[in-house]
Amino acid sequence: MNASIIQSRPDFAAIAAWIPQGSSVLDLGCGDGSLLRYLRETREVRGYGVEISDANIAACIANGVNVIQNDLDAGLADFESDSFDFVILSQTLQATRHTEALMNEIVRVGREGIISFPNFGYWKNRLQIMQGHMPVSKQLPYQWYDTPNVHLCTLNDFELLCDHLGIRILDRHVMNEGGDVNLLPNLRGSVAVYRFKREA
Amino acid sequence: MSGSVGIVSAQRASFEEPLHFACGKVLPRYELMYETYGTLNAAKSNAILICHALSGHHHVAGTYADQPKNLGWWDNMVGPGKPIDTDHFFVIGLNNLGGCHGSSGPSSINPETGKPYGSHFPMVTVEDWVQAQARLADQLGIRQFAAIIGGSLGGMQAMQWSIAYPERVRNVLAIATAPHLTTENIAFNDVARNAILTDPDFHGGDFYQHGVVPTRGLRLARMLGHITYLSDDAMAGKFGRGLRSGEYKYGYDIEFEVESYLRYQGDKFAAYFDANTYLLMTKALDYFDPARHTEHNLARAFANVQANYLVVSFSSDWRFSPDRSREIVKALLHNKRDVSYAEITSQHGHDSFLMQDEQYFAVMRNYLERVAEGVAA
Repeated sequence: MNASIIQSRPDFAAIAAWIPQGSSVLDLGCGDGSLLRYLRETREVRGYGVEISDANIAACIANGVNVIQNDLDAGLADFESDSFDFVILSQTLQATRHTEALMNEIVRVGREGIISFPNFGYWKNRLQIMQGHMPVSKQLPYQWYDTPNVHLCTLNDFELLCDHLGIRILDRHVMNEGGDVNLLPNLRGSVAVYRFKREA
Repeated sequence: MSGSVGIVSAQRASFEEPLHFACGKVLPRYELMYETYGTLNAAKSNAILICHALSGHHHVAGTYADQPKNLGWWDNMVGPGKPIDTDHFFVIGLNNLGGCHGSSGPSSINPETGKPYGSHFPMVTVEDWVQAQARLADQLGIRQFAAIIGGSLGGMQAMQWSIAYPERVRNVLAIATAPHLTTENIAFNDVARNAILTDPDFHGGDFYQHGVVPTRGLRLARMLGHITYLSDDAMAGKFGRGLRSGEYKYGYDIEFEVESYLRYQGDKFAAYFDANTYLLMTKALDYFDPARHTEHNLARAFANVQANYLVVSFSSDWRFSPDRSREIVKALLHNKRDVSYAEITSQHGHDSFLMQDEQYFAVMRNYLERVAEGVAA
């Protein structure tokens, strides 16, 4: 099971690589709890997920993963400041409404934040727009009229927001088709993972 | 597929060791009625205790041989293949002290006097109940429960277990409950109590000797309670403004369907429930507040808790709202306990915790399957 999770979600492998043994983790928009379960089994991580969907709540509980049913756009009021080593938001940023507020909440609750998101600046997305259409791809598998994504961004945009919020980027991992992208990441990378913290 | 535990029979446990109540009174001896379903394993590690709410009792599941229609109050949840699966767990239901279903209570005979306890029965608290439940567990040889489960007032008992006996409970399932009642809830309870206390047939709680029952008061108390256990939407959906005869009669007899329903519920309840028990149960609700001993800091009240928690609330429950459940979750998070929280979308108000609901049952089933694995391991 572990191997298949990592294969199906390359950002999980990048996230896991940053998380030391025995850390505490809060996974926002944790889905069925696969990442937390993987982290628990491979890194003895103590963690909680936050989810809004009923089906995912039931799935997390079946996976033996702690999960709190909550709307991320309502903030993280249930969680105390600096109560986790890492707060993770994987492939969810683009679907949050109050994105700026949530970024602040992540660096309040976590000593470090980790976020993965689809890069809207990826060249195939740019090409589709040049051809006159909203991008539809493996990373963005929705039509404009049924997408849950309301806050898409490029790597450059995300880094500007961090700068604006006083958030220091510690590490960045850009990927495409499971491989690493080092050259022209904002053009050639389809998925990015960032590790960051609040400026001291 | 899920089935029924079938025909069950109640058992009586007697205790000779005096029980000291929070109110200062002492019962030198007492009895508790209980039922069990499923089989206790050799390690005695698969026991689940079900704590009942205000009007509940020990008959949780199944039926009686001589009362085939008397189905346990949580039969949809407890049984072979059901979320609380009696194929895996040894499930215990009991009637709390002060109850009116066979356990020592105001309507039972005080062996010291040969008369019903009436007004002399001690005021009971959740802490007292849990102490008595622990003695029942001792008698059954159960050192540690795989889980303690309760809704509403039952959830308060489950929480209290994890505070008072942290090493004796591995999992708490706290459903539609709260770390203490809101002011509004206490107010509702006081109106209900006043209905009973001011009934001329109440006789200060010693109505048994007078051969009367404060039916009017108990009936009003139940009608009020019943309204608050439902939601506005649920009542509107069920009755609307429907009229029994189809037209206004310009009188005080039953006209609206909801009046008919409430009066029926009130009459039914008043016919079998004990007025003193109703008073005691509502006071136990009002008094429960574990943070009272920790400067109103619930996280500190939970500091010694070892149990894992599943907390469940219902969206339309305005007496034990989701926000109250979140207070419990927050206190557990502070103490870094394992906790999951599910907020079930339901229109049935507080009573939702007794109803069959796909998401609610999936959450309960999935959680208890993990608990069962822990028992087997």
